[in-house]
Amino acid sequence: MRPVTVEEIESLAIGAWILGTGGGGSPYLALLNMRELYDKGVVCRLMDASELADDDLVAVCSNMGAPLVGQERLTDPKTMALAITMMEEYLGRKFRAVMSLEIGGGNSIQPFMGAAMLDLPVVDGDCMGRAFPEAQMTSFAIHDLQMYPLTLADVRDNAVVVARAASWKWMERISRKACVEVGSIASTCKAPRTGKEIKECAILGSTTKAIGIGQAVQAARRAHRDPIEAVLEVEAGIKIFSGKIHDIARRTTEGFLRGTATIEGLDAFRGHVFKLAFQNEFAVGWLDGEPRVMTPDLICVLDTVAGDAIGTETLRYGQRVTVIALPAPPILLTPKGIEHVGPRAFGYDLDFRSVFA
Amino acid sequence: MRRRLGIDVGGTNTDAVLLEDDAVAAAVKTPTTPDVTTGVTRALAALVEQAPTAREAQAVMIGTTHFTNAVVQRRDLGRVAGIRIGLPSGASLPPFVDWPKDLADLVRAEVVMLEGGHEFDGRPLVPFDTRGMRTAARRVRELGIRSVAVAAVFSPLNASCEEEAAAILHEECPDVAVTLSHRLGRIGLLERENAALLNACLIELARTTTRAFTEALRGSGIAAPLYLTQNDGTVMLAEVAGAYPVYSFASGPTNSMRGAAFLSKRDEALVIDVGGTTTDIGSLRQGFPREANSVVEIGGVRTLFRMPDLLSLGLGGGTIVRREPLAIGPASVGYRLTEQALVFGGDVLTVTDVAVAAGLIDLGDRARVASLPAALVKNSLARIRAMIEEGVDRMKTEAGDAPLIAVGGGSFLVPPGLAGVSEVLNVPHQAVANAVGAAIAQVSGEVDQIFQDLPRDEAIARARAAAEDKAVAAGADPATINVVEVEDLPLAYLPGNSLRTRVRVVGDIAG
Repeated sequence: MRPVTVEEIESLAIGAWILGTGGGGSPYLALLNMRELYDKGVVCRLMDASELADDDLVAVCSNMGAPLVGQERLTDPKTMALAITMMEEYLGRKFRAVMSLEIGGGNSIQPFMGAAMLDLPVVDGDCMGRAFPEAQMTSFAIHDLQMYPLTLADVRDNAVVVARAASWKWMERISRKACVEVGSIASTCKAPRTGKEIKECAILGSTTKAIGIGQAVQAARRAHRDPIEAVLEVEAGIKIFSGKIHDIARRTTEGFLRGTATIEGLDAFRGHVFKLAFQNEFAVGWLDGEPRVMTPDLICVLDTVAGDAIGTETLRYGQRVTVIALPAPPILLTPKGIEHVGPRAFGYDLDFRSVFA
Repeated sequence: MRRRLGIDVGGTNTDAVLLEDDAVAAAVKTPTTPDVTTGVTRALAALVEQAPTAREAQAVMIGTTHFTNAVVQRRDLGRVAGIRIGLPSGASLPPFVDWPKDLADLVRAEVVMLEGGHEFDGRPLVPFDTRGMRTAARRVRELGIRSVAVAAVFSPLNASCEEEAAAILHEECPDVAVTLSHRLGRIGLLERENAALLNACLIELARTTTRAFTEALRGSGIAAPLYLTQNDGTVMLAEVAGAYPVYSFASGPTNSMRGAAFLSKRDEALVIDVGGTTTDIGSLRQGFPREANSVVEIGGVRTLFRMPDLLSLGLGGGTIVRREPLAIGPASVGYRLTEQALVFGGDVLTVTDVAVAAGLIDLGDRARVASLPAALVKNSLARIRAMIEEGVDRMKTEAGDAPLIAVGGGSFLVPPGLAGVSEVLNVPHQAVANAVGAAIAQVSGEVDQIFQDLPRDEAIARARAAAEDKAVAAGADPATINVVEVEDLPLAYLPGNSLRTRVRVVGDIAG
């Protein structure tokens, strides 16, 4: 276990936004909360999963809802902590630590907000290794772990416990309904995990990895080097395409933001066209009509100059972007993993082929 | 005859033009003065001397960077109270959070957070704490605070809490200036609140400045109403603009681009504005600059202002040329060009000297650059061409060659036959395009709202109607209103069919 500096949280925000692969929501507001907490003297601790006893209990936290609502109803650590203590009361047991549901986007920082309020350590890891749009797209679901109970806290005195759910899909439907009713934003504590489950089924080390990516970007900027090259170096990633957003089409179906972005090549990619499909996160990319990169490989779209990640909601006509691929956690690449998060899980009739194969 | 005066108060020069119908009848360039108004008075006097009919102008439009500079330089800012309505949400991130400390310390007089606000679908979040609001208003009065910013959660969708707060403030402290966030911005509470706070701290300066502008105008014998130009190339009456100084933050570059569109009679083109130190490249769509969608920082404060999407290059008339190895800028002699450049008797080799040696323009003493090696001149111009071609390519939004309009005092640096450019348009009065842009400004209205369970066309139609109402309220002639921007974004996770719709319309000034 080790203390985490506020500078590391700044780096985490940058790295996690890149690992968000277009989704997960901007970490900006969560980061602001952490700055405020650190100003008041808080210091969070990061623990390695190996420090957990098999029967320790870990809270898996996330903020659930529409990113746009989050821009008005600003996230706060008290509500996050409330979801965690509700779960403790429901179970009649105390948590040993908290962990992030998804390391991509704002949910990378949510467990730190809860941990700061409750003086609990944060486990270095998550269960996606990136961001994904659906509840069954986690390493816990791939391992067939139990999906209930779930607690959901609202800023007003509203609290919901989903005691049981028949499947991951049912859990998604019931909790989504409750979330919409309280204004499409809520803090949630997902099904609690034992230390053994974390050690065996979580994607470990992803917090440290996100911090490392952020630090690489910051170091490159300070040295006036290309921040994208820096990300590719630390993560052994591949530059897929570079160009200018030429067209962007979005639609909402079944509660998701779906669409495609077309990028016209610049520099070394001049004369080529890249098409990206997304469902909250980037799912598949085609180079001149041929599939080039697909989920679960991480497809990240970055500002070509600044190296900042760009979300599927903020993609815009004329932006100059670079598409990179980062390797996915091994669990997502198993046959079962591909079933849950491969191209067919997103409705694309493609056999998964990793760009790293 | 329709006569309009356009004035651009920049950091270096104050330019003024007289437009008679669609023709530039007179144009002057004078130095900007520290007090701003003296420069305006001088520019007006010079203009009237050139064209006495300027006194008969029906409208005067001023564009100025005065308010942006006040924030950037931390001067002439008032102390304000920030009132947030939205508890129990957002309690951990109070007003002024994430402001640079020096600016917050200068501006923040009081912060109050109250229960209230709305949900994305218009339901109240919790009832508005009107008693708390009254207590806050009395405190504002006791503390002698003269300006207040009010921001409520989801106020762009339902402004009732902010309106009620304003009514209570008016009862308890009628002399206090009140800025309501929904009048300024879009969805995004912190950025909208920041805009309201910045506006509140500039309001006193804005009133003084607009009053001084009006006096300068009357002193020059001009009776026409005065308008101030805004970030988006439209105008507001000075009385109104005095209440919304933040709207004029980016009016300088916008006016140049609008002026370029007018002088070249092109609505869809790229514009290159070459000044003394930098070159800005932007893109015109329907005669207006394409806007940046990203967060814009003013003096270190995050906002969501409507700003043109510009690419700035370190290239201008004063840019320094180094010989071995050959390098163009980014350092510049700036306003000292007329002392330091070779052609003006100085000893610094600038881009202007290269241009004179190449015969692109006749300035200063040509003999002083006659000995420059031909290869140096040729290679420098090739480097400048490459910089411009690269920048133009980065700003293009469509494949194929696009026309490029060259404006600004350094527009002689833009060569013909650029790659990716169908033609370079050099227009008369290109050096005062920004004042021309001010003179032709129109009035706008904008709506950014979430619609639920409506067909897309219906949602856009409703947003359009609301935007037109806003434009008419701001002084537009209803018969001339045009839609210039429609954007819709379906929202993930929201129930039903939620569509965030943004519509912007513009029209000519009525009368």
